[in-house]
Amino acid sequence: MRTHMSKSSCALAAMLLAGASVAEAQNINGAGATFPAPIYQKWFGEYHTAHSGVAINYQSLGSGAGIAQLTAATVDFGASDMPMTDDQISKLPAKAFHFPTVLGAVVPTYNLPGATQPLKFSPDVLAGIFLGTITKWSDPKLAKDNAGVKFPNADIVVVHRSDGSGTTFVWTDYLSKVSPAWKSKVGANTSVSWPTGLGGKGNEGVAGLVKQTPNSIGYVELIYAANNKMEYGSVKNAAGAFVAASTESVSEAAAGAAKAMPADFRVSITNAPGKGAYPISSFTWLLVPVHIPDAKKAAALKGFIQWMLTDGQKECAGMYYAPLPKAVVALELKQLAMVQ
Amino acid sequence: MGTVAAVQVPAAGKRTQTGDVIARWVAFAFAASILVVAILLVHQLWTSSAETRHKFGWGFLTSSQWNPVTEDFGALPFIYGTVVTSFLALLISTPLGLGAAIFLAELAPPRLSSALTFLIELLAAIPSVIYGVLAIFTLVPLMRTTVEPFLKDYFGYLPIFKGTVFGVDYLSASMVLSVMTIPFVISVSRESLLAVPREQREAALALGATRWESTWQVVVPYAKLGIFGSVFLSLARALGETMAVTMVIGNDPSIHASLLAPGYTIAAVIANEFSEATGKVYQSALVELGLVLFCLTIVINALARLMIVATTAKGSKRA
Repeated sequence: MRTHMSKSSCALAAMLLAGASVAEAQNINGAGATFPAPIYQKWFGEYHTAHSGVAINYQSLGSGAGIAQLTAATVDFGASDMPMTDDQISKLPAKAFHFPTVLGAVVPTYNLPGATQPLKFSPDVLAGIFLGTITKWSDPKLAKDNAGVKFPNADIVVVHRSDGSGTTFVWTDYLSKVSPAWKSKVGANTSVSWPTGLGGKGNEGVAGLVKQTPNSIGYVELIYAANNKMEYGSVKNAAGAFVAASTESVSEAAAGAAKAMPADFRVSITNAPGKGAYPISSFTWLLVPVHIPDAKKAAALKGFIQWMLTDGQKECAGMYYAPLPKAVVALELKQLAMVQ
Repeated sequence: MGTVAAVQVPAAGKRTQTGDVIARWVAFAFAASILVVAILLVHQLWTSSAETRHKFGWGFLTSSQWNPVTEDFGALPFIYGTVVTSFLALLISTPLGLGAAIFLAELAPPRLSSALTFLIELLAAIPSVIYGVLAIFTLVPLMRTTVEPFLKDYFGYLPIFKGTVFGVDYLSASMVLSVMTIPFVISVSRESLLAVPREQREAALALGATRWESTWQVVVPYAKLGIFGSVFLSLARALGETMAVTMVIGNDPSIHASLLAPGYTIAAVIANEFSEATGKVYQSALVELGLVLFCLTIVINALARLMIVATTAKGSKRA
């Protein structure tokens, strides 16, 4: 009886101690982009396992919400699939740094019965299809790039995202760069006024519509297409080569951009130079205040970003995110030293 | 026990009175809180949409532009889509639902009736996203490959059945909405049919009416208010339905006369675009759409009340 008592009191003491250490853990709150959320959750979980003193909560509410919450100072950091605009930066209560975390890509996916090989798309063809100026699969411009494919004389059904998303931003940012007509008529944003086509909600909505609708074409994130083994086309890059999206070709696009990286990391890498670069690629960013008043919190967050930029990058490949090029990591570590 | 109660009789009367007063005020507070919530809601929608109300004025309601890049916003395609899909849904669900309710209340054996009623009430509890997913995998392919080509082939001369067939359009959205609203029509209509006094039926039968005549000319008119109520409940659900609609309507913010063309609804665009809406004007436009939906619901409900008043007055005059 006595030993039993002491055993249970030991257990109680241990539980109390454990409770105390949990209470001391540094909580950090973030919110924002949904596209990198799976790898962020994995990172935060792994970092917490290795450093039980730091618990990072992340709400994947969308890039817009991430920026809004950072502006309202309700979170410790934000996350966004597109760099903040000058206007958004001017509204922040305190200066914030952009930290690129990983890279993603957007791929054209299609449902063309009879297509026996992956299709190749030139920038002007993609822009034409989504502008509604190329309306038939039998258009000679498509045939020119795809020797050997027998195209049906069918109308092209265009499918796009109906929800606001970073994916749409990257896609329209790319089309704006390669097509003056797209730039003047539509432009780039998380949602745009589409000249033609059907809207599907989320990657799964677009993928579902494309899968079900013969002769359709849409766009989804590379991760989604790869995880679901969807067929997607290659795109002609700035160097004139047709490149299929892969973690390597996306990282190469970033490496090309790293040479001319602006000091604040606000850079679009769509249509990047480099022979092997996939042209519809993008960084995604963490938005971190330059001055964090709570010194302990600052140290914890800096510790995490340091880990994310180095060890964390090894997680990327298994999840189809492209890791950051070494040159970009080096630049970011310099910026990290300036966070206080 | 009985003696204790007897002793306390004089005090009990008084206690009940204070209890009544308290109950009255508590109930009043609960009732008032609903009004307060509604007022706060309107206030919030009103203040958060100040940006676009000033920028576009009434033009917001009549413009068909929806361009987040140039920040040029108008609500008309969404209003049109919301109204068209909701009314089409009611056009389908009201006769079906009323027929089912008559069967359940008047004709079916009691055991079958209660089993079916239970299942129908279960239908009303299914989350709308489930209806949406089901529709994507079953209804949309069926519409695209069979129903809509048929409509186009045989009724293609009508402007409402023209254009390319996608399977995701006003008609599919209305079909899903009608399935979602039928349980409400059935459930509430059945209750009000059952509430019709037995004497009404007996009197009709005694006067030599057939079963059908008694049901259609006596019982249904008697339960008219409840049946109207069920339709408006369904309408409210159809107007505000979001997930299931956005999954099958095609999400195209433009106005088409053809029911086979993709469209958009107010609730759907808010759900789709709000989380990634950056910029004051864009967010404000989405909030103003919420305000428009609120007003639309009020206007339609008010019209419905007027219709009830008009029809019941006519009915009583005839009587």
